[in-house]
Amino acid sequence: MRTRVWFRIHWRMFVAGWRRGSRYRAAALGGLVANATFGFLKASILVAAVRAGGGEIGGYDAASITAYTWLSQALLGSVNLSGRSDLAVRIKDGSIAVDLLRPVDLQTASTAQEVGRALFALLPRGVPLVALGVLVGGMRLPLEPVTVALSAVSIVAGTTLSFLTVYLVAVAGFWSVETRGIQTAYMILSGFLAGLFVPVTLFPGWLLAVARATPFPCMLQTPIDVLSGRVTGFSAGQAVIVQLAWIAGVLLVGRLITHAGRRRLEVQGG
Amino acid sequence: MGSRTRPYRALLGARMRAQSSYRASFGLDLVSSLLIGLVELAEVWVLYRAVDEIGGLDLTAALVVFGLADTAFSIADLLVGHVDRLPDYLRAGTFDVFCLRPQPLLAQLITSDISLRRLTRVGVGFAVLIVGLIANDVTLTPSSVLLVLLSLLTGTAICTGIFVAAAGAQFFLIDAAEMTNSVVYGGRYAANQPGSVWSRPLIAVFGFGVPMAFTGYLPTLTLLDLPVPWNLPDWAGWLAPLAAIWMWGLAGLSWRTGTRHYQGGGG
Repeated sequence: MRTRVWFRIHWRMFVAGWRRGSRYRAAALGGLVANATFGFLKASILVAAVRAGGGEIGGYDAASITAYTWLSQALLGSVNLSGRSDLAVRIKDGSIAVDLLRPVDLQTASTAQEVGRALFALLPRGVPLVALGVLVGGMRLPLEPVTVALSAVSIVAGTTLSFLTVYLVAVAGFWSVETRGIQTAYMILSGFLAGLFVPVTLFPGWLLAVARATPFPCMLQTPIDVLSGRVTGFSAGQAVIVQLAWIAGVLLVGRLITHAGRRRLEVQGG
Repeated sequence: MGSRTRPYRALLGARMRAQSSYRASFGLDLVSSLLIGLVELAEVWVLYRAVDEIGGLDLTAALVVFGLADTAFSIADLLVGHVDRLPDYLRAGTFDVFCLRPQPLLAQLITSDISLRRLTRVGVGFAVLIVGLIANDVTLTPSSVLLVLLSLLTGTAICTGIFVAAAGAQFFLIDAAEMTNSVVYGGRYAANQPGSVWSRPLIAVFGFGVPMAFTGYLPTLTLLDLPVPWNLPDWAGWLAPLAAIWMWGLAGLSWRTGTRHYQGGGG
C-alpha cells in the first residue's frame, strides 16, 4: 500500500515535470538548431579522425562514431551536464523551507520532477537529431527488442543519475549559501568525463581510469554505447547494471547529506 | 573625444572594480575560467593524440590553430560576451532603460559590463599559441610576426562581430535564444577544426558566411606553409581583414534590423 502511494506521488511529479517541459516550444527549437550544428561539426572531424586512424580509433569505426556523435547531441537535451537545478535556486532564496514542509521526500520527489521535464526533451530534440543522424549521417539504430528495451532503460537511468548527482551539488547549499563554484566545477568536468566531446574510450589509460571512477560516463557514454549497438548482449546488460549501481550509490549519499543538511539549514528572513 | 567616451569609461571602471572587489569569488571565477580553457585544450589533445594527423593538421599545427582562434574568441568574449544576456533584458523589460539614455544602444550594451574572469582563458589560448609556434619552429621574421598579430586582431574583430550579429537576432528570437548558440559557440568549436574535413554546407557557413576559418585555421596554414583547401591561394591567411569587414557588415545589418524591429517592453 505504501509503495503504491509512493509510486503514485512520484509518477505525478514526473508527469508535472513532463508537462512543464512541453511548454517551452521555442526554447526546444533553439536547442535543436544548436545541437544539430554541433552534430554536423563533430561528425565531420570525428569521421576524419577515424579515417586517419586507418578505419578505427578507440573501438569506433566510421559508422559507430557517426552514431556516437548524433546520439550524444540527441541526449544532451535530457542529461543534465550543466549542474544547474531549480532546487539550488530554492535553497538559496529560502523557498526550500516550503519544500521541506511537504510530506514527500525532497530528494526523490524533486528528482522525479526534473527527470520528467528532461525526458520530454527527447521528443522535440532527441528524435529529430536521431532522424538527422539516420538520414544524413547514415547512422543505424538497433531493431532487436532486447536492445531497444535495454536502450530505453539505459537512457532513463543515465538521465536519472545525472539529476541525482546534480542534487548533490544543490544540497551543498545547506552548508554554503552560494554553490556556484561547485556547479561550475560540475559543468566543466561532467561533459568531458561523460564523453560529450570525444568518446571516453579515446582517453589515455590513466584518464580513462579517472573517468570510470566518476558517475559521468554512465550518464552519457553508456546510453550511447547501448543504443548504438557498440556494446551488445551480455556486456550491454552489464553496462546497465553499472549504471543502476551508481544510481543506488548516489541516491544513498544524497540521503545521508540531506539528513545531515536539514539540521544545518538556516533559512533567513521570515 | 575624451568627454564623449567618459561615461563609458566610468561604467567600465565601475564594473572592473566591482568584479575584483570580492576577492575570493573573483579568484574562483578566474580558476574556473582557467579550467574551462584547459578542458577545451584537453579535447583537442585527446583527439589528435589518437592519430597522426586530421585533415592535414598534426597535433602541433592544431595547437597553433587553437592558440590563434581561442585567444581571439576569448578576448571577444571578455569584451562583449555579455551581449548574450540581451534576451534577459528584453524579457524583463530592462532594455528600455538603455533606450532612454542619450547614447548609442550598442555602445551602451557593450560597455555595460566586462568579464575580467575570462582573462585566464585568454592566457590559456595565448600560452598554447606560443607552445605551438615553438613546436613548429616558426622563425621570427617580420612577416610571420605580422601574420600572427594581424590574425589575433582580426580574429577578435570577427568574434566580436559574431556576438553582435547574434544579439541583433535576439530581438526576433527571444525565447529561442539558444538558436544563436549554434553560430556563436558552434563557431568557437568550428574555429578549432581543420576546415578541410568539412562538407560543402559547413564550408559555406563557417568558412565564409560566419568566417571562423579566418580566425585560426587559414592563418595557420599560411604561417606553416601547409596546403590550403577550397581553391584558395597559399596566402589566404592574409585575407582575414576582409573576413572581419564582412562580419562587421553583417553585425551592423543584424543590429540595425533588430533595434528597428524592437517595439519596447510595454513598461
